[in-house]
Order: sequence, then C-alpha cells, then structure tokens
Amino acid sequence: MTEQNDGQRFDRLPETPDERTVEGRASREEVVDYFADRFAIPPETFDDYTFWEKGAGKIWIYAGEAETPLEIEAIGMTCLRTRQEHWKPTTDFAQRFGREATECVIELDREQARAFATGEDQELEWWDGDWGYLIGAHRIAGELEPLGVGLYVHGELRSMVPKGRQREL
Amino acid sequence: MEPFERYRPIVDDFEAFLAACERPLGNAVRVNTIKASVERTLETLDEDGVAYEQADWNPRVLRLETDSPGSTWTSFHGFTHGQEEVSAVPPVVLDPQPGERVWDCCAAPGGKATQIAALMDDRGTVVANDNNLGRISALRFNAERLGATNLAVTVDDARNYSLKRFPFDEFDRTLVDAPCSCEGTIRKNPDALDNWSEGHISSIAGIQKGILRRAIQATREGGTVVYSTCTFAPEENEAVVQHALEAESCRVVDFDIGLEHSPGLTEWKDETFDESLERAIRIYPHQNDTGGFFVAKLEVTAE
Repeated sequence: MTEQNDGQRFDRLPETPDERTVEGRASREEVVDYFADRFAIPPETFDDYTFWEKGAGKIWIYAGEAETPLEIEAIGMTCLRTRQEHWKPTTDFAQRFGREATECVIELDREQARAFATGEDQELEWWDGDWGYLIGAHRIAGELEPLGVGLYVHGELRSMVPKGRQREL
Repeated sequence: MEPFERYRPIVDDFEAFLAACERPLGNAVRVNTIKASVERTLETLDEDGVAYEQADWNPRVLRLETDSPGSTWTSFHGFTHGQEEVSAVPPVVLDPQPGERVWDCCAAPGGKATQIAALMDDRGTVVANDNNLGRISALRFNAERLGATNLAVTVDDARNYSLKRFPFDEFDRTLVDAPCSCEGTIRKNPDALDNWSEGHISSIAGIQKGILRRAIQATREGGTVVYSTCTFAPEENEAVVQHALEAESCRVVDFDIGLEHSPGLTEWKDETFDESLERAIRIYPHQNDTGGFFVAKLEVTAE
C-alpha cells in the first residue's frame, strides 16, 4: 500500500478494496456500489465498462480495449471525482448514464431546467429527498432526461454544470 | 475565388459552382444516436419550435432553421452536434461496425470520431488521434458532451504512429480525414483562400501521402481505409490516392452515398491516375447546396 497515484497515466481500478496497491484509490466495486447506493443505477449497467484513474481521484469510464497502465491523453469520459469526503459524479456522466437512475433525481420544470443549464443556483425548498449531489432532470419528448449534477443543501440546488457546458436556452 | 479558375475544366456548370461558393452555408447538425434516437431528437426540436429539414441521403443529418443551433435543448443534451452535412459523409463510407477497432488518425475536433463511435453503438474501440495538442481539448470536450465512451485519445504524428500502447496490432478500419487546403469550406470560412498557393498545396500533399501510407499499413488485410479532404485540389486528392496505390497494397472500391457527386479524376494537368480513381467521389457545393468534399474508399489487399 505504499505506491502513489501517478497523475500522468491511466491505471485501471482494482476489482475490490483488497486488491488495492495504490493508496487511496477507489476500487471498481466501490464505484459501482456508489452509483447503485446513491442513484439506484443497476450495477449491470457497467458490465461492459472498465474504470480508470488518471489525476488524483479523477475516475474515467471506458468501453474500449486497453491495457493498464496506459499513457495517453484520454479514454472514454471522466465520470466521478473520488478522494474527497463526498464523491461527485460529472455532468457528462449524469447525462450519459443518468437515465438509469431512480433515486436522488430531482425533476425540474422548464424554467428551473433553464436556470440549471445556465449554471444558476435556485431555491427549491419542496425537495424532501437526500441532501448532497443530485441528478437534475426535466421532461422532454415525454421522458425524463438528465441535465447534469447539482448540489442540494439548505433548500438550495446549486448547478454544477461546468462553465463550458452551460447554455442560455 | 480566383484560385478556383484552375478547376474550370473539371467542374460541370462552373458558373453555378462559383455562385454556390459565394453563398453562406446554413446550419447543419448530426443526430448523436449515442444519446437519443432520431425520433426523440425530432420530437425535442418540435417541442422547442425549432424547424428542421432531414437530409434525403441520411436521416441523422438535419438542416436547422435557427441562427443559434448551440442554444437548443438538443444541443445541451448532446442529442445533436453541429457538423457540416458533407462532413458526415466519410464515416458513413467507412461503415464501422460495433466491436471493431477503428482509427481516426486526424480526429480533432471530433465530429467524425464521435460519429464513428455512434455508428458502432459506442461499442469497440475508436482511437482518435491528432497531432495538434491545442485541438485535442475540443475533441475531448465534444466526446464527453456526446457521451462517447469507446474513444481512446492520443496526440501523435499519424505518419509514424505506433500501436504498441494498445492490446492489438492492427485496425479493422481507418479514416484519414486529412489536413488540407480547405478550399471546400469557402462557404463557411470566406477567408479560406487567403493563403492559397500551389506551393502550400504541394507541401500539404506530402504530409497527406505519409499519413495515408501509414493508415494502410496499420489496417488489416481486407480492412477499409477511407481517405477524405474538404478541398478540390487534385494534388491533395487523386494524386495522394495514386501514390498510395503505387506504394502500398490496396485498391479503390465503389460505394453508394445518395448525394449528387462527380467521379474522381483520371487526369490532371500532365499527370494521369489509375482508372479506379473514378470510384472516388467529388462533391461540389452546387450539387447538393453543401460544402465541398473528396472521398475515396480503399480496401487493404494482400502484399
């Protein structure tokens, strides 16, 4: 357990915490469990994907072929920030996989969705679910569609949509 | 437009060609089926009151009637990606299948690489390479926004690309959407011809030849290599493919695309090219009211 994370390369996550050789690295099991516990995303959703760390705590999800370790620019997409008290999914992950989520999904109306997409914080005191990171979603073309990740605390939903992804709609 | 005079002998209805080049291009988007079906995307556009026209040759290509295609819900959700209509042609010709290993060797900013990923249902491996680190960030941004999870992104010179880092040593298909003089983008970039010179064309043709040769070498026997540019200059198109035919094991093959086009050339100035180059296509702006493109489909053969 003395190895340190090498921020310059991709390392595949160990299957379980027992197989961990790099200090503080999340395991695949913990990542899949997190998505299941927090958002009720079925674990089998990720059967054909591998998870990787590059940059301390930055977890990537990948569907292609690769051997670990790997020194390239990117594989798949960043999906989760670990190595902090509350793990935080990315907006792009929420949009790609959030349709599988059934818990900690906050349904917004059109105006609230618009505010969320522009990166605004908003008072939403009616929410009686968990605090912390939620998936913001709205109904389009008859179905709920995830917008991204928000942080809910003290009656307020803070949009975590990154600057480059924010849009005036 | 002066440089285009050299194409008067090869373009049918040259005046219509010039007139089309003067007209600005509308907004086209590609439906990203990784995130939503064509049906769901069209329904979302309808709800938003954004008018569109579906391309006859490809139901995933839409011409939008809006000045800001980036400010729609379909764009925010990654259901659509702004991509010129003809720029969606090469991945369709490449015809990648789910589970395959595909190389897009000049991939930034990623419109075609993500289209390849979508055509593969986001299964298999797309190695998206570009030698320009600055443009890689745009590629990565687009890949994540569009939800492509089967992309591996590398920054290298495609001419001496190594597959050592991957657990396979050849690709099933390779797209060479080569850096070029971009004459065919004149409707989108009115200054596309500002630095035009025959010297520039000849130096960029040298790079294109090196990239196409490496692409053929890195693709398995029986595999497909598509060579495309957004320019009209035969020096960057037929002459590059001719060079590959002479130097590598490959042949030019036919394909259907459903867009009006002209055949590739078999002669230009004092050069002649293999007759099979007639199987390549030249798309001129006046034929389908688009930008200009050249596309050749090659099959890698036994040595």
